Amino acid sequence: MDLKTLTFLVVGATFALYIGIAIWARASTTKEFYVAGTGVHPIANGMATAADWMSAASFISMAGLIAFMGYDASVYLMGWTGGYVLLALLLAPYLRKFGKFTVSEFIGERYYSKAARMVAVICLIVASITYVIGQMKGVGVAFSRFLEVDFHTGVFVGMTIVFIYAVMGGMKGITYTQIAQYCVLIFAYTVPAIFISLNLTGNPIPQLGLGSSMADGSGMALLDKLDMIVTDLGFAAYTAQKMSTMNMFLLTLSLMIGTAGLPHVIMRFFTVPKVADARTSAGWALVFIAILYTTAPAVGAMARLNLMNTIQSGEVGAVEGNMVYADRPSWFKSWETTGLLKFEDKNGDGRVQYYNDKNEAFAAKAAGFGWQGNEMVKVDRDIMVLANPEVANLPNWVIALVAAGGLAAALSTAAGLLLAISTAISHDVIKGMISPGISEKKELLASRIAMAGAIVVAGYLGMNPPGFAAQVVALAFGLAASSIFPALMMGIFNKNMDDKGAIVGMLVGLLSTLLYIFWFKGWFFIPGTAMAANTPDNWFMGISPEAFGAVGAMLNFAAAYVVSKITPPPPEHIQHLVEDIRVPMGAAKAAADH
Amino acid sequence: MSEQTQRQAYWKANLKLVALCLSIWFVVSYLFGIILVDQLNVISIGGYRLGFWFAQQGSMYIFVVLIFFYANRIGKIDRKFNVHED
Repeated sequence: MDLKTLTFLVVGATFALYIGIAIWARASTTKEFYVAGTGVHPIANGMATAADWMSAASFISMAGLIAFMGYDASVYLMGWTGGYVLLALLLAPYLRKFGKFTVSEFIGERYYSKAARMVAVICLIVASITYVIGQMKGVGVAFSRFLEVDFHTGVFVGMTIVFIYAVMGGMKGITYTQIAQYCVLIFAYTVPAIFISLNLTGNPIPQLGLGSSMADGSGMALLDKLDMIVTDLGFAAYTAQKMSTMNMFLLTLSLMIGTAGLPHVIMRFFTVPKVADARTSAGWALVFIAILYTTAPAVGAMARLNLMNTIQSGEVGAVEGNMVYADRPSWFKSWETTGLLKFEDKNGDGRVQYYNDKNEAFAAKAAGFGWQGNEMVKVDRDIMVLANPEVANLPNWVIALVAAGGLAAALSTAAGLLLAISTAISHDVIKGMISPGISEKKELLASRIAMAGAIVVAGYLGMNPPGFAAQVVALAFGLAASSIFPALMMGIFNKNMDDKGAIVGMLVGLLSTLLYIFWFKGWFFIPGTAMAANTPDNWFMGISPEAFGAVGAMLNFAAAYVVSKITPPPPEHIQHLVEDIRVPMGAAKAAADH
Repeated sequence: MSEQTQRQAYWKANLKLVALCLSIWFVVSYLFGIILVDQLNVISIGGYRLGFWFAQQGSMYIFVVLIFFYANRIGKIDRKFNVHED
């Protein structure tokens, strides 16, 4: 059977599964729609959270980032996992005890202020929409590469599938679909990794293979060999640090607290039956996430090694050391046709030279070999995971599986974000502010309409992505880190934090972070409006815009603390509310009081 | 002990446990993975240099263990101070 038919079959089968689950798990009450009736087992919830969290970016892009950034990419690995420790220890159990549906609802009640709730709703919607654009784009890319259909058709098919199960089942349908999606995506990610690790090191476990010796008889450790290969071609050593320590520290911290403050992640912990389950559920989520996140460094390093070895097959400088272009492998050809891999024979010798021509000392040496510049003019980082099964000569069904895995990752994240958006609109804006007396049936209808609207907007933006789509991810994490996380944490850990302190803090954190990002990336990301070039020399104390969320959060904490000291403490009943959420006892009752 | 003082004692015990866990969280990621990475890279375990291993593998394993450790300990503290769920 040819690859295309096989891919259609595998992807079609997974879609049929998702829709089957949706029909089985229809939601009939707002509680089922928003929080799956709080009846989800912690392991199941952990798995769904993992699928929710791991987006097309985690599945497709992260290993590629690691392959080219080496050690520096540790910021993403630690940043996107360490946030779960903060969630489990500082937020999830208390928010579950509070027992409502949304993050903004907690902020509104804890700070007895509609303005605070409004600020939270705006942050939430901006962060979620930013994210969902990327997911819809990921769906389109996966479809167009593997099924050879038009990009727009791909986005449209993806929208329809999400529409069916998200509108019908709400959180309940989404949760059970995400469990299936997790299984598909983790299988698709680890199978090629196991084969490649086995191939290179003889160890089938990628996490151990990365720390093993090469199976090529040299006895050299894989990472040492990789360091040697890349430095021999003028690149920086794989395991060496290139970013400044200060920036690595703050970027990791921003990603961690941003993760803990992203509403679509937090709201998953409203769905478990008990406070104790919220704690273990975060642990299970991290177990399932870590399976992929600890495999990714192995995939990245091994993919880089395979790529370098394919092109520079012999000694550096010897004529026959470089691959003959006409003899290139078939995966090389198929990625060339997508334009993501590009070769230009600069010295006209019919062989491929891939080296760092920005490194002046090495470029001079290379000129001595008759090399006239790096000939791999484009190596897109995103192809690393997708090309992996082909590079390792794995059977076609594995390639088909990777396509289904990429789609599962994108669809599960998109559904979670869309739910966060529609809940914000129907529960926080319509029921919370415009018409508090709305009946349950009408609210359920409103949330379904909001969901449908959100899908259409997300699909439209996915088909016509604004030029700044890649930039705004920094914004989503920046917003969550600098506004939502501190407000939630102070709401639980500082009984005396009042409405004014919290609102001033959120605004200070939000505005300082926005200002810093816009300063270097242009006002509202409009090209040409940046106040200073986005280079390390211009950054304040060497802090990149992506890493500023942590600074914004610190400013938030400081401003809130000062204001709360000079304004009257919160009313008695709010202080009792805080005392009450700090203990697990009575969680079932709190949830029943809706 | 009145319910009020019992709850306060519970909260104190919880904060102590959280502080312990977050210190470990900080040490394995920020200290071992970033600040002291060069010093630790002198040591090798298998083909990994230790600092690099903490940054790309070890910190994540320890994060997982930390959450379950916290959940287990706080569960016991819940019962000790009689604030656990039914």
